[in-house]
Amino acid sequence: MGTIEKFQEIYENRHEYANIWKAKHPGGKILGCFCTYVPEEIPYAAGVLPVRVLGSHEIEDYTAPHLFGMFCPFCRDVLAQGLQGRYEYLDGICDANCCMHLLQSFEAWGLNVNPKTKVLRVDTPCTTQNSYTKKYLRGELNSFKKDVEEWTGKEIADDALDHAIEVYNENRRLMRQIYELRKADDPPITGLESMYMVVSSQFMDKKEHNKILKEALDELKDRKLHRETGTRLMMVGSENDDVEFIQMIEQKIALPATIVIDDHCTGTRYFWNEVILEKDRLQALSSRYIDRTPCPNKDWPGRVRFPRVLQLAKDWRAEGALVIQQKFCDPHELDIPPLREFLEKNGVPTYFLELDVTVPVGQFSTRVEAFIESLMEDLV
Amino acid sequence: MAEIKKYPTKQFDCWNKAKELRMEIYQKLAQKASGEKNWLVASGGTEGLIGLPAGLGDDYVPFGGEPYGASTGAMGKSQEMMAYCETKGYARDICGYCRNYLGSTFSDKFSFGGKYPHPDFYFQLHFCDTHGKWYQPCAEYTGKPYFVIDIGAMYRWPKWNESEERRKNKFEYLVSQMHDSIEWMEKITKRKYDDEKLADAIYNEVMCSSKWAKCCELNKNVPAPMDEKSMYAFYIVHVLRRHTKEAVEFFNILYDELKDRIDKGIAGSAYERYRMVHNSQPAWYALHIFRYMEKFGVVCVGSQYDFTLSGGWEYYYDEKDVPHIRAAEPPANLKEKLRTRDDALRVLTAWLLDYGIHIRSFRFPMIERRNIDVSIARDWNCQGVAMHLNRGCEGWAVGQLEVRRALIEAGFPVLAYEGNVADPREFDEGKTLARIDAFVESQKLKKLVG
Repeated sequence: MGTIEKFQEIYENRHEYANIWKAKHPGGKILGCFCTYVPEEIPYAAGVLPVRVLGSHEIEDYTAPHLFGMFCPFCRDVLAQGLQGRYEYLDGICDANCCMHLLQSFEAWGLNVNPKTKVLRVDTPCTTQNSYTKKYLRGELNSFKKDVEEWTGKEIADDALDHAIEVYNENRRLMRQIYELRKADDPPITGLESMYMVVSSQFMDKKEHNKILKEALDELKDRKLHRETGTRLMMVGSENDDVEFIQMIEQKIALPATIVIDDHCTGTRYFWNEVILEKDRLQALSSRYIDRTPCPNKDWPGRVRFPRVLQLAKDWRAEGALVIQQKFCDPHELDIPPLREFLEKNGVPTYFLELDVTVPVGQFSTRVEAFIESLMEDLV
Repeated sequence: MAEIKKYPTKQFDCWNKAKELRMEIYQKLAQKASGEKNWLVASGGTEGLIGLPAGLGDDYVPFGGEPYGASTGAMGKSQEMMAYCETKGYARDICGYCRNYLGSTFSDKFSFGGKYPHPDFYFQLHFCDTHGKWYQPCAEYTGKPYFVIDIGAMYRWPKWNESEERRKNKFEYLVSQMHDSIEWMEKITKRKYDDEKLADAIYNEVMCSSKWAKCCELNKNVPAPMDEKSMYAFYIVHVLRRHTKEAVEFFNILYDELKDRIDKGIAGSAYERYRMVHNSQPAWYALHIFRYMEKFGVVCVGSQYDFTLSGGWEYYYDEKDVPHIRAAEPPANLKEKLRTRDDALRVLTAWLLDYGIHIRSFRFPMIERRNIDVSIARDWNCQGVAMHLNRGCEGWAVGQLEVRRALIEAGFPVLAYEGNVADPREFDEGKTLARIDAFVESQKLKKLVG
């Protein structure tokens, strides 16, 4: 198995990985994180393995008694995993004052999933744009650190936090280096493989993931993909780890295309910014989580995210952007019309697709092909 | 057959006053739009900080997005306004109130008639995911300035044993933003802010919130002096203008009238025999379903929605560890606590964080939101709950099905019906009435009046 394939293996066997980790770390705790605003460095510094809770893209009927049908498919898929007992190894769950949809999954999980786990919460600010958010979050991280210390029975010393920050920063740096390779005319890694890479990092001890990343970087130097890059596309929007959807775009439609860059929280929004070290580590962490590209839920009253999306599109020479959205998400829905207008005014054509737990691959392939064809006509 | 008791009923003496206080706001907005009078209009949500701009002058008029969205729904104008919104590419499942408001903004049409009263600025308290995003496209479309105060995460519920350190951090976060907002308002309006007016607004807001909550507590009486439909007509005065002395006066009058009705045995609904809590907002274009239920003697006497919107309730556990809600008491010697701007803002912040339990349940439902509905059902002497599975408001739908489960576990049958707070396309009247029929039959209630 090549190094790149290892990411896929972790992605597909995330629970086995967690169970093996537990066996290797007797007494070690695993924390299920419901949102990328959970500051993972803090529990990591206490010896906890933070793992992101994601769905499985399967039709389910477990969540209907707990979640109203008008809530996003991602949050239902997340809850379904817990209700089906797939995360039995978790010792705790943590939310970060994220969106209300995911908050419902989090609450329903705490109420209904057995065995019962510790429920932690980071009271992050709802916005990242006023002058007090960094100071406020710093204060909150101090309280969260105490919560984790109480839970684990371990004091989180400065050097442990420094180590955690360094491990996470290295992980972010290495993934960015791999993303840089996607600027090439013939990227040595596909969009799907990149997705596997990022999402596998959300399931693993970052130290181990860093080892694979370094090997991967080495391998990618000489890697040639036996495929045509075709139209260079960007994917922008909600959480998206829908393998079938990305596979459809890169492998199954008649017109060749490659996802070369993205803006979503199983992509760049998760790892792009590093922690900039300062003496006050919690302040440094706070600044990192405030300054990262915001989720639309936190991007107001101004728009921090839009220019960053555009810059990524330009730097990675995306010819068009697929704007994807988990159904029923108000923050994304309120962003999408102005985002599309902004991108199109700045020379990036867009196409909108609404996602559910599973996607209608046949219909979507026709629509995406038509979009790619329209881009090719523009070029002609 | 047992005799069905018929209670005396009477229209509220203060009914017209409530209407006048509601409509005055919209009349002023219409004057603004027509150019007849240049009121200083600030638009945003009304659940939080409508009193803050009061320091800008007596010509300040709050233009609440949610009440406007509700009124648009009640007047049957939703489809028209939402169509404008949807042609701009906004999804159909966005908050119903927001779509009504955006549609009016984009079309320049006021649901009450005439042109749309574009505000002088947008001013919002963010606590629902939609809030901060709602006025972004409006501000971009109109070019008007926009300020949002972030509620953050609210205090946690009592059993979370939140540290003083964490609470202080949240408190200072909120009060700092309020200070900033006043400086911002001065800058964009070029007006000198009057701290005495702020003090008056906050005094009125606290007194009003507490008094409305006390009015709601009177509905524990059997028969309830207010039916749900009447409560909607009254609570909106609190939502729209609780920072005004007229609202305080009104709720004092209403409270006295409710006490009088209780003394005289006057009911909100003549055949009250089965009391219900209503969960979530109503479908504003279909309020007649409450009258339909009353034909069976079924009366909604309370709701977390109209009770707790805009604050004024304390959530606590009694000596037997049973949760309850009760009207929050204003701080003693309140006027003396409002001497400086900072004092006043601290009073308001404390009031919001301690007693804004509806906001807390949006951002941190975590079990206790379920308890609120159960406690209302129990303490307001109810036999069942009507639950609007409302697609038009994500905030009130947070945790709703867990609330339903909690109610059933506590022994309260739940009549669930689907709809949308403001979008009539998502409401099926026939189906809803059939569900009501099935529910009342399950409760062995026959129709009493035609």
